[in-house]
Amino acid sequence: MRHSDFKTALTDHAAKLFLGVLFGAVIIVALLNLLVPADSALHVSSYTVTLLGKYLCYALLALALDLVWGYCGILSLGHGAFFALGGYAMGMYLMRQIGDRGVYGNPELPDFMVFLNWDQLPWYWHGFDHFGFALLMVGLVPGVLAFVFGWLAFRSRVTGVYLSIITQALTYALMLAFFRNELGFGGNNGLTDFKDLLGFSLQADGTRVALLLASALALGGAFVLCRWITGTRLGRTVMAVRDAESRARFLGYRTEHYKLWVFTLSAVLAGIAGALYVPQVGIINPGEFSPLNSIELVVWVAVGGRATLYGAVIGAILVNYAKTVFTGVMPEAWLFALGGLFVAVTVFLPQGLVGLARNLARKKKQPDQEAHHEPA
Amino acid sequence: MRRVLLIVLLWLGATGVAGAQTPTDDPVATDPPSVSDALADLKSRDFDVKGRAIETIARSGHEQAEALLQALLDRKLVHDRAHDRIVLGEQADGGWALTDPLTGESLGQVDARAARPVIINNRLRERIRNLQAVAALSNANPLARREAAQRLVGTTDPTMLRALRERQAEESNPLVNGAIDTALNIALLRDPGSDLHTRLAAIDAVAGSLEPAVKNVLRDRATQTDAAAERNAAEKALKAIDARAARYETADTIFFGLSLGSVLLLAAIGLAITFGVMGVINMAHGELIMLGAYTTYVVQQVFPQGHEWSLLIAIPAAFLVSALVGIVIERCVIRFLYGRPLETLLATFGVSLILQQAVRLIFSPLNRSVVTPDWMSGALQINPVFSLTYNRLYIIFFALAVFLTLLTVLKKTRLGLQVRAVSQNRITARAMGIRSERVNALTFGLGSGIAGIAGVALAQLTNVGPNLGQAYIIDSFMVVVFGGVGNLWGTLTAAFGLGIANKFIEPLAGAVLAKIMVLVFIILFIQRKPRGLFPQRGRAAEDS
Repeated sequence: MRHSDFKTALTDHAAKLFLGVLFGAVIIVALLNLLVPADSALHVSSYTVTLLGKYLCYALLALALDLVWGYCGILSLGHGAFFALGGYAMGMYLMRQIGDRGVYGNPELPDFMVFLNWDQLPWYWHGFDHFGFALLMVGLVPGVLAFVFGWLAFRSRVTGVYLSIITQALTYALMLAFFRNELGFGGNNGLTDFKDLLGFSLQADGTRVALLLASALALGGAFVLCRWITGTRLGRTVMAVRDAESRARFLGYRTEHYKLWVFTLSAVLAGIAGALYVPQVGIINPGEFSPLNSIELVVWVAVGGRATLYGAVIGAILVNYAKTVFTGVMPEAWLFALGGLFVAVTVFLPQGLVGLARNLARKKKQPDQEAHHEPA
Repeated sequence: MRRVLLIVLLWLGATGVAGAQTPTDDPVATDPPSVSDALADLKSRDFDVKGRAIETIARSGHEQAEALLQALLDRKLVHDRAHDRIVLGEQADGGWALTDPLTGESLGQVDARAARPVIINNRLRERIRNLQAVAALSNANPLARREAAQRLVGTTDPTMLRALRERQAEESNPLVNGAIDTALNIALLRDPGSDLHTRLAAIDAVAGSLEPAVKNVLRDRATQTDAAAERNAAEKALKAIDARAARYETADTIFFGLSLGSVLLLAAIGLAITFGVMGVINMAHGELIMLGAYTTYVVQQVFPQGHEWSLLIAIPAAFLVSALVGIVIERCVIRFLYGRPLETLLATFGVSLILQQAVRLIFSPLNRSVVTPDWMSGALQINPVFSLTYNRLYIIFFALAVFLTLLTVLKKTRLGLQVRAVSQNRITARAMGIRSERVNALTFGLGSGIAGIAGVALAQLTNVGPNLGQAYIIDSFMVVVFGGVGNLWGTLTAAFGLGIANKFIEPLAGAVLAKIMVLVFIILFIQRKPRGLFPQRGRAAEDS
């Protein structure tokens, strides 16, 4: 109900506004970084460019979660796993690009394998020399994992809290597995020391700006895609599944198929976010799988507001900006602030900042109408 | 122990075990002068002379004999150079406090360089220990006799064997007799002069023993003997021993599994209440465990001398601290979120971050360690390959006790009745006059308090740190979900089942892989049976 009302009134306007702000900001930052001389007051440092790129990757991840949580009611506590898998796929490509410039100078094997006395490349590392293959894996690995996991879970009607807990177990198990040296992904240290991407040095300003633009493009594209999907018949059915799964099933919809579809798409988007994230931060390690990261991601979406898409993006950027500020100024206080945010948002702002803004706007328009028909 | 040995030595002297000595010895064996001569011999550089002196002292029956041998082992028998005599010396103030070895009277303090401990080699040390064991064979305590006999397993010294045989004739305790038989049979197998039939009988007799010495002698016989019959018998006996040892290894694995299971049970049982009965996903549960562990630490700091009994204070203290924090969480956060489990998950996760950070600020991020009381250290040695460590044993019983107490509270008390009523149907319960708000707070407090008690137990096993709780939260959820939400017996089964499964996979795959396999198993299991091992039935189960 609310969504259709909102769409007719706001859809195109909101989408245009969102994309305009996103690309406007990114292009201005890019120009200020590349064209303005370093000693000028208007110059934007490369650090800021990378930071912004990182935020956009987080925003894409939050968007992916919003698609399954906000629109389909699946609270995944394991989305960090899909993000990390995409990141590892990109990391493997970047590792192969190092070639013989590693510490041990071995042209065939990455440093950590030389260190572990391995004499040949494990079979699953083959093919990652090619950028195209790596890109395929960035989407394919998280997608296939989500498909298999979702197929098993949704078919046996694992829902609600149970689903959340087993997704958390999934990312926890993956974290433990990736910590093992024997798995062949660098164990504790993960993959790092990357040199270049497609021949461009990762340290160069131009590459950094290009990665920022790529992140913005991916985010914008994903936003339009999700917007389009949620507006179609499929999107409507997915929302019906969220609000009353049994009823949708009795009406003849194969609800598990819809959920599986959305869940897999969301995992692929998370994987892409991870792939863009890794070259910008220069490292991927098993810590990315930690259940804490996945839960933190949920709070980004909750702060922004569920089932709005742009809310998730706003939430991700705001919370991460706060994190950057806090950890710089008073690191001890950050966990207090984050913890307080979790509590405050769930207790006082169930619809997030977007919901708050909407309620205020609505009250201004129709002072007599109570704003209380939100989905659970 | 030492006093008992002394009495035994006296008794030995009186009843003529001292008759084992060679006839050339002084007829008055208990005469102190022979001990003084022997002491003087200890000044010698020749280890053979020292060896004879040690024998003399051991046989003398002198009331100080046992103490002297022990002092020799402890390097407390010293050569006083100024008076050229052997005396007892205690290191004190950078010098030696000397006492007379026979009378015990003080001889004053000398410089560190004025005295030197009597040097003995490993052979002599072994000899002294065996002599002590011979003495202990007549100890009044059967356990000490058995230990002494086990100590002599593998010896081929005729004097020792004679002492063993003499003891065997009088011994009535089957355990002690078993150990003596093993020692004698091994000596027989080691004896090149024994004939085939006695050896076969000896192999047959030792076949059930798990002593390492038995395995060694059998392996030697199997390779060295010329007789096919003996080789076959030895090999068969070795196989039987291996099979028996394997069975005890299985028992050992099960014990470790039970121990891990009891830890899981303690961690999960509080969650079984808050999650299972109230439908609240309490992600701060791990931090309530952590608070319990820190309470244990604080109680120990308050009573620095009392680590033997401070646990008894720590248990109720930890319960109260965690329960109070739990009630505060319920009153301030959770009561706004009933019926919305996913929101409770997020909010309590925030609480867990706050609690962790608070602990980090108060106690520093470093790990703290809690002193384990003496009665919890050590192990119950069942046989050479199987022992039960006391701390794990106590925690298994403790977990079961907590479980049964909780079960009683829920099934037999008024609070338990009200809790079950509210969890089954809140509205009807309220209509019956139950103050559901108060029941909610108390239930949450109960679950949290039990988490605190779990923290006391965990503090005995691991270091106490701010991340203690995080390590257990996912495991606890797995246990509750696997067992079936809302079913305490299911939680018990799941905890022990997962604990034992984990310990059986560990030797095959390593600890981390075992954990991953168990997690994957649970993920797959939930797909097959989404409501756990023992699902709740009825209408209440449908609307969660």
